[in-house]
Amino acid sequence: MNDAIIFGLTLGKILAIAVPVIITVAMYVWWERKVIGWMHVRMGPNKIGPFGLLQAFADVFKLLFKEIIVPTNANRFLYFIAPMLSVVPALAVWAVVPFDHGLVLSNVNAGVLYLLAMSSLGVYGIILAGWASNSRYALLGSMRSAAQMISYEICIGMALVTVLTLAGSLNFSAIVEAQAGGKGLFDWFWLPLLPMFFVFYISGVAETNRLPFDVAEGESEIVAGFHVEYSGSAFALFFLAEYANMILMSFLVSILFMGGWLSPFQGWHLGWLSVPGWWWLFAKFFFFATSLLWLRATFPRYRYDQIMRLGWKVFIPISIVWIFVAGIFKYFGVVTIGH
Amino acid sequence: MTHQIFQMVCFVFFAAVAVGAALAVISVKNTVHAVLSLVLTFFSAACLWMLAQAEFLALALVVVYVGAVMVLFLFVVMMLDINLEPLREGFTRYLPVGIAAAAIMLVEMLGIIGVKTFEVLPGPNPAGTSNIQWLGEALFRQFLLPFEIAAVILTVGLVSAVVLALRVRTFSKRQNPAAQSATDPATRLRMVKMQAVAPPAPAPAPDNEATQP
Repeated sequence: MNDAIIFGLTLGKILAIAVPVIITVAMYVWWERKVIGWMHVRMGPNKIGPFGLLQAFADVFKLLFKEIIVPTNANRFLYFIAPMLSVVPALAVWAVVPFDHGLVLSNVNAGVLYLLAMSSLGVYGIILAGWASNSRYALLGSMRSAAQMISYEICIGMALVTVLTLAGSLNFSAIVEAQAGGKGLFDWFWLPLLPMFFVFYISGVAETNRLPFDVAEGESEIVAGFHVEYSGSAFALFFLAEYANMILMSFLVSILFMGGWLSPFQGWHLGWLSVPGWWWLFAKFFFFATSLLWLRATFPRYRYDQIMRLGWKVFIPISIVWIFVAGIFKYFGVVTIGH
Repeated sequence: MTHQIFQMVCFVFFAAVAVGAALAVISVKNTVHAVLSLVLTFFSAACLWMLAQAEFLALALVVVYVGAVMVLFLFVVMMLDINLEPLREGFTRYLPVGIAAAAIMLVEMLGIIGVKTFEVLPGPNPAGTSNIQWLGEALFRQFLLPFEIAAVILTVGLVSAVVLALRVRTFSKRQNPAAQSATDPATRLRMVKMQAVAPPAPAPAPDNEATQP
């Protein structure tokens, strides 16, 4: 009986995270279209609902009711399992993401490792989608995306190593607590790890296959890349996975480098402004999520060889040097950890 | 009690999936399916280790093997156009040899681990701290030199693989990114200076009736 209650409670917690994530994806798509519209001096969606808010849900229902067309020589089993393989890790990662002090589904010690493990699984959905749909464009897109994701995963892993070195823990909550201090935002890890902060953020953009690194889709060259043969709800799953990953990246940058739910004015005695809380995390998330859209509206697409060069010849050397620097910081106690 | 039963059910489930997927690796016809079965085998093994509270090993298995090595495997298998028929011919002929090798390996492993250790249930925290912390301290304090030597050996292997595969091709085209970004637009484009004033507006069309109030 007791076990049944625990089981139900866990299921409820999972739903309490997964459902808001999915709704946030819909709202994020609306916000993306609105922001890019403003940057292009357009209106963006404004017809359905107030400020066009219901446009996102209209799109979702449109996708769900569309027919799924399977290409003639596609491998049916892999064709249908690929979208699921890309969406499951994108949602499973959220188990270890903390939203406030103690507000996390699973406060595991190996949170960062779990995150790396799950994000490395996401590449299978893309590769299999490209292969199973038996299309040249799709296969090219999946090859590009796989190479790109593997390359930038290394940079992300190295950026995580510098954070772990300073924080001394693999637990996300402990990493946030390690950034607390009387100097407010100057105690966060973005300052001692400034190059890694940029490396992590840009690698995050590349890892989620977003502009300016979206050669995996590359409309101008390979139509839509790995999901060119997908329609209806199968395409919607890829869409969901991509945007859930973008939201996750924004949360991760906020948690790892920007102090998570800590107030930027902690220790400055500014009354309620100095109180830490989930609203700070969500404000930081909103900033980084919007800046992803800003990047999309601003930069032209990188060429494929430029992306590879940036990952392997620029970011990885920077990361290796800064792992050493972070070790020195830690050894000589340059960075204050915790209170 | 129910907790232990639940763990037992999980163990049996993951073990069954691991064995089934391992059998599928050598028996399915489609090579891509075989690679995916291998991925499933690794993943089930990681889940088994997770049940045994070896979370570092489990997650490292997923990150390294499932996330990187198997992706490259999949890459290669997708790219190669293998004719499967000659490969499948010797299946029954080699089966006794394979079973003999597997049996010998099993005996060796049992000898190493010792049958008795199977009866001892691992405690929640063997070293009093978290698994990862213990592993890190053991690797970087007690066994630092062997660890570094292993790293050097791996690097040497990597470099030698690159050297073996590298061939100097005369026709390959290279780019110099520094030169690319240092270019002056004026050398590539004809820059035309234009005055930033609007030309005088043309005279309005004679449209007498329409403009009358």
